Amino acid sequence: MKLKRLIIALTALALAIPAASFAAKEVKVGFIYISPVGDAGYSYAHNEGRKAVEKMEGVTTSFVESVPEGPDSERVALKMARKGYDVIFGTSFGYMDPLLKVAKKFPKVAFLHCSGYKTAKNMGNYFGRIYQSRYLTGVVAGSMTKSNILGYVAAMPIPEVIRGINAFTLGAQSVNPKVQVRVVWTNSWYDPATEKEAAKSLLDVGADVLAQHQDSPGPQEAAEEAGVYSVGYNTDMKSFAPKAHLTSAVWNWAPYYTKVVKEVQDGTWKPESVWLGMETGVVDISPYGDMVPEAVRKNVDNLKGQIIDGSLKVFTGPIFDQQGKEMVPVGQVAPDDQLLNMNWFVKGVTGTLK
Amino acid sequence: MNFDILIPLLAATVLSGTPVLYATLGEIITEKSGVLNLGVEGVMMLGAFSAFFVAAATGSPWLAFVVAGVVGMLVVSLHGVVCLWFQGNQVVSGLALTLLGSGLANYLGTPYVGTKAPGFSAVALPGLSRIPALGEIFFNHDPLVYLSYLLPPILWFFFHRTGIGLGLRAVGENPAAARAAGLNVQRLRWLGILAGGFFMGLGGACLSLAYTHLWTSSLSGGRGWIAVALVIFAFWRPGRAVFGAWLFGGVMALQLRLQASGAHVSSSLLLMLPYALTVIVLVFSSARRKSNAAPAALGVNVEPGE
Repeated sequence: MKLKRLIIALTALALAIPAASFAAKEVKVGFIYISPVGDAGYSYAHNEGRKAVEKMEGVTTSFVESVPEGPDSERVALKMARKGYDVIFGTSFGYMDPLLKVAKKFPKVAFLHCSGYKTAKNMGNYFGRIYQSRYLTGVVAGSMTKSNILGYVAAMPIPEVIRGINAFTLGAQSVNPKVQVRVVWTNSWYDPATEKEAAKSLLDVGADVLAQHQDSPGPQEAAEEAGVYSVGYNTDMKSFAPKAHLTSAVWNWAPYYTKVVKEVQDGTWKPESVWLGMETGVVDISPYGDMVPEAVRKNVDNLKGQIIDGSLKVFTGPIFDQQGKEMVPVGQVAPDDQLLNMNWFVKGVTGTLK
Repeated sequence: MNFDILIPLLAATVLSGTPVLYATLGEIITEKSGVLNLGVEGVMMLGAFSAFFVAAATGSPWLAFVVAGVVGMLVVSLHGVVCLWFQGNQVVSGLALTLLGSGLANYLGTPYVGTKAPGFSAVALPGLSRIPALGEIFFNHDPLVYLSYLLPPILWFFFHRTGIGLGLRAVGENPAAARAAGLNVQRLRWLGILAGGFFMGLGGACLSLAYTHLWTSSLSGGRGWIAVALVIFAFWRPGRAVFGAWLFGGVMALQLRLQASGAHVSSSLLLMLPYALTVIVLVFSSARRKSNAAPAALGVNVEPGE
């Protein structure tokens, strides 16, 4: 009886395999996220990209959320590779070495790591120049402030976050030279209670626009309650602070994810390191709040056009650090290397880096 | 530091101390009956989640607040079963409760991370909030803060002026004598555990209903452990617990404001402050007063009635 069932199953399988091979190459794509997809933040943005991939023909996707960095992520990646996934995206920095290990064991699987720097024969890495979006949100914030104090609730003093704060400050200074940016660190990516409290402390020192490099909308909530303006991050955070929200620096992974999966389908994919700018659509700003005046919108749209066509580079000298030391000379553009290792604040930022 | 900064700082002190205050009072009740419950963190997490869940589902923050307390009681009843029925190790059972509560809250809460629920917002108390400085500091908060003002005197009265309260303390000091005097040790310890769990659950509810209106994993962020430490700091006295909770809240609020005001101090050091202070205070308070503050039979199991 059991044998008979097995035979039926095997026959069915044998029939199914050729049937599948007639269609476009069936590709299974797995995503590994650091936080729950409902976080309205970083992982949510990646998952929106996954949904676009899911709509492609001949592609199935799945994801595992809330995967801690380190051994757990290796286990998840290993399981996906064993199950026959063709493409695996790992979207947090700490997945880098675990993915690399698994990639070596499964040379036919394409691995893509977000925000890291290591590559292998079958592993590429990618990230977006979100600092370009930060610059534009800075322009908006600098135009809207009356107190000339902008508050910035930030997670950890690492280059990615520092770069964002600097770009935001440079953007604000481009329209308002008197502006200063105050930074409060929370030392966590996601802690709404502390973030909200940090935001309130910035309000107490007179900030009237709050920006954030955190995954939770805690600072947005604080701005809404206090009746000041806010700038969001990751996704359009308007729903958390309808009266306060000016705009958000947002991720839009769909164009990149669909491109990579298409390449794998066609067999043309090659591992590379890419830092995607606004011209790819991966980084952008969300629609302006109603309170942003026409003149500001025009200016920011114009600057966005310049960033996209390459005529405006955010980190163009002269740029000075907090102590007034020249970090980028007049007329020069900071090379990517300097941006990736940025560990100093530009002049106009109040805060420490330790 | 000028007045403009000081008053918001003190107001934030009261606000961020409140969730810890509820939990500390809960732990005091439990320990007074002679049972050590190290599961505060887990109970707070489940309280926070159930409050969030009920508020989101029904739109009623008060109902959510009460449910959080009831859930707290249900969770700690596990501790009661282990420690009172089976004479299990109180420390181990409490730690298990922390792991269970935090894990379960994070698991159940995953689909809700980043979502919003209705909660309490600040209501200025008529009259009182007009008092200069004090009004802004104490009487311009959400209702849960006002409720927390009433609890320490009520608990003091309970412990010192009611038969059940005195019995509960007797059971924590000397269960054998209490039993000889005709008190039901098991029943009074159950009361201590359940009432404590109720307040711990309320502490969690403060986090998800008032402090923030968002759900996230690990919302409690170690506040339950702070509560355990503050019980010792408070010498098991409800009045002193207020002082301890506000001190913790004050340092928390202060370090963020120091950063915002542009003080040139390392942010990592500042973020450490509330926790470092808790340790220092603990060392000093336990050195100063050794044995006479803790309930004498704290952590000692008692055989069920003969």
